[in-house]
Amino acid sequence: MSARDLFTFRNRHFTTGVGVTAAILIVTAIGGFIVLPFAQPWVQFANVWDAICSAAGLPQRTATVAAPEQTRRLSGVVLTSSTLSRSSQEAIGRGATLAQRCAICHGPTGISRADSPNLAGQYAAVIYKELHDFRSGARTNAVMSPFAVGLTDQEIADLSNYYAYLPRLPAYHPTPQLPKPNIVIYGAPMRGIAPCGSCHGSLDNKTGSPWLEGQSDAYMKAQLEAFATGERRNDISQQMRNIARAMTPQEIEQAAAYYASQPPDVVKAVD
Amino acid sequence: MLANKKLILAHFWLAFAVFGVALTLGAWQMFIRSPIGTWLSNPELYYRSLTAHGTVMGYVFPTLVAMAFGYAISESALEQRLVGVRWAWAGFWLIVAGSIMAVIPIALGRASVLYTFYPPLIGNVFYYLGVVLVVVGSWIWVALMSINLRVWRKAHPGAPVPLAMFANVAGSYLWAWTAVGAALELLLQIIPVAAGLKATIDAGLARVFFSWTLHAIVYFWLMPTYIAYYTIVPRAIGGRVYSDTMARISFILFLVVAMPIGMHHTFADPQVGAGFKFIHSAFTALVALPTLLTVFTICASVEIAARLRGGRGLFGWIRALPWDNPMMLALAFSFVMLGFGGAGGLINMSYQLDASIHNTQWITGHFHLIFGGAIVIMYFAIAYDLWPHLTGRELIDLRLIRTQLWLWFVGMIVTTFPWHWVGILGMPRRMAYFDFSDPAIAPQALSVTLSAVGGFMLLTSGVLFLVILARGMRAPQADAGPYRFALAVHQPATVPVALNTYALWVGLMIALTLTNYGYPILTLALNEGTSVPAVYVGAQ
Repeated sequence: MSARDLFTFRNRHFTTGVGVTAAILIVTAIGGFIVLPFAQPWVQFANVWDAICSAAGLPQRTATVAAPEQTRRLSGVVLTSSTLSRSSQEAIGRGATLAQRCAICHGPTGISRADSPNLAGQYAAVIYKELHDFRSGARTNAVMSPFAVGLTDQEIADLSNYYAYLPRLPAYHPTPQLPKPNIVIYGAPMRGIAPCGSCHGSLDNKTGSPWLEGQSDAYMKAQLEAFATGERRNDISQQMRNIARAMTPQEIEQAAAYYASQPPDVVKAVD
Repeated sequence: MLANKKLILAHFWLAFAVFGVALTLGAWQMFIRSPIGTWLSNPELYYRSLTAHGTVMGYVFPTLVAMAFGYAISESALEQRLVGVRWAWAGFWLIVAGSIMAVIPIALGRASVLYTFYPPLIGNVFYYLGVVLVVVGSWIWVALMSINLRVWRKAHPGAPVPLAMFANVAGSYLWAWTAVGAALELLLQIIPVAAGLKATIDAGLARVFFSWTLHAIVYFWLMPTYIAYYTIVPRAIGGRVYSDTMARISFILFLVVAMPIGMHHTFADPQVGAGFKFIHSAFTALVALPTLLTVFTICASVEIAARLRGGRGLFGWIRALPWDNPMMLALAFSFVMLGFGGAGGLINMSYQLDASIHNTQWITGHFHLIFGGAIVIMYFAIAYDLWPHLTGRELIDLRLIRTQLWLWFVGMIVTTFPWHWVGILGMPRRMAYFDFSDPAIAPQALSVTLSAVGGFMLLTSGVLFLVILARGMRAPQADAGPYRFALAVHQPATVPVALNTYALWVGLMIALTLTNYGYPILTLALNEGTSVPAVYVGAQ
């Protein structure tokens, strides 16, 4: 027998096979596209075609209500893993000149004695994002905002490149290295808190997350508290606010104290 | 007549060697995640291991077993030398190359995306290329199976294709078509992003493509097992296949309805319309049919064997079965696991019930019970049955074989039953760490510990299996005679053309793919602005 004998309505295998398959398809299609949509009393359809389109997943513009107006500025910075990954000597040089005005708080070598962040050797993408946010108003600070407001895109990039280029030096508040607290290496899974170390070093680094080793204890604590209260809100999709809100005051202290006690050369090991 | 023993043995050994490695990783994962292990502080290592475990167990191991068994069937059932041996070796080496290429980025932590890929997560491009090579290698096998059958048909015009070969080629066609979904996802979407040509990816479309592959791949894994049910077990226990026609219909049904049902994996996905989810759900219910047919036919075939051995009574014949025969034991274990796993599967496929167990450990329990349990235990049985014919040496220690099968069965039950249970309690899957000191999940600690113990039983059984096969290579020589498949009670003299060829059924499979997948894929592909930035694994 050949294919000609197979694909003919005289062959009952053909008629039964195709017929049963088609029948099942039609019955399930009627069920899925007409019966079930109308079986949902909480959804209203204008007509059968409307129900079919809805069941087929046809994208519809149903939102007649305008999205609520955003009153506060959001961070508009887009970072990728290659943002500012290639810096030139000229950019670093220009950044060094510009950085003169930052030195009063962040230190001439990028190491702060004023509980401001140490910037020496910080990831360029991190400084880039924070400066942009200060400039746009997504992040505000009485001291930083006026400095950032006049910066051009080029100046922000140059500053970021310069600070990223500086060697990571030991901080001014040496304390004995503390053991890793649970919040840093385990997080708190039941409260939806990822380990600090999964983004900020110790375990892994994620684009846009600063390394924290040797940073000021008081500064980190203040930032976590600002995230928790919603005072600081330039984190994308509320990642840090969600975490900080769920942290206990004790965990905030532990995390800040732990990172403050670490020498920055640990960062190099995980880079 | 097994002429290319070296080829078949090479496939089997590679399959079982990588199986051993992946099994060890699996046991380690269960240990490290359970309350008895100390947390290793780095979840990345866990996901690295999980990716390797899934990639090997999902793509490399079952594919190699299906290929080895397929070559053996082609030579022994058709009684003709394999046509295209060089191509077969090329396919084998492609799989070797692909596996190595995929495993290196995984080991370096550059491809911890799990074997299901999960875009927008993007790993190293060589990982995906490696997987593609494995699939291409297996497509060579698909082509060879088809060509060998064609050669045989020319020599035997109109004759019924032996059941084993009929099922084998059906399985190969199913694989050829079902692999297309993941191939499209890899070639059109993931690899361009992984290679740096694009930076965004439509994750929703990728998930729909993958669902095309993800369900029917299980039936591809299942094929060797079902072929063994029908064509090895009855012969090994001294019975006959109850119905050759029923067997053919089962395999045909698998071919038609195993593939256009994959969207029950995307019940929680917003990008797929509810109507299509319903159609896929209904067709998933249909795929239970060939399994029920098979269970019936095989039980009847086993009963024939028992009655031939003097079994009497309504159920009294069960005692007359050769329970010391490893093949009988494997079949019984496989059926028990298939029963529980299948019942769980019916829950997964129903839209409402799925909502309560979606993405929980229940799912992990389900597919380990079906694949690791019902399917893999028959892979063991196939290897035990073929080994003397491949090596020309006898497997002497039946006791050890029975111990291995018992351990695997008990181990799999102990592993997966607690998983189902904690899944109902809500434990999510794909988690590297659980804090069992938290009162909310502390009561689950016992179940998770139990399942880890099961994991180590499985590891022990796996090691035993490899030891038995390795010892089989050095046993005294013995002629096992020609390799034969079970005969039916009524051995077919002629078979209707529809039950002897595939054109109609492959046509229906493709038609159902168009009706069930065409619209969702088209709308997702044509919709603008549905792509999201890729998240590169290991990027700083």
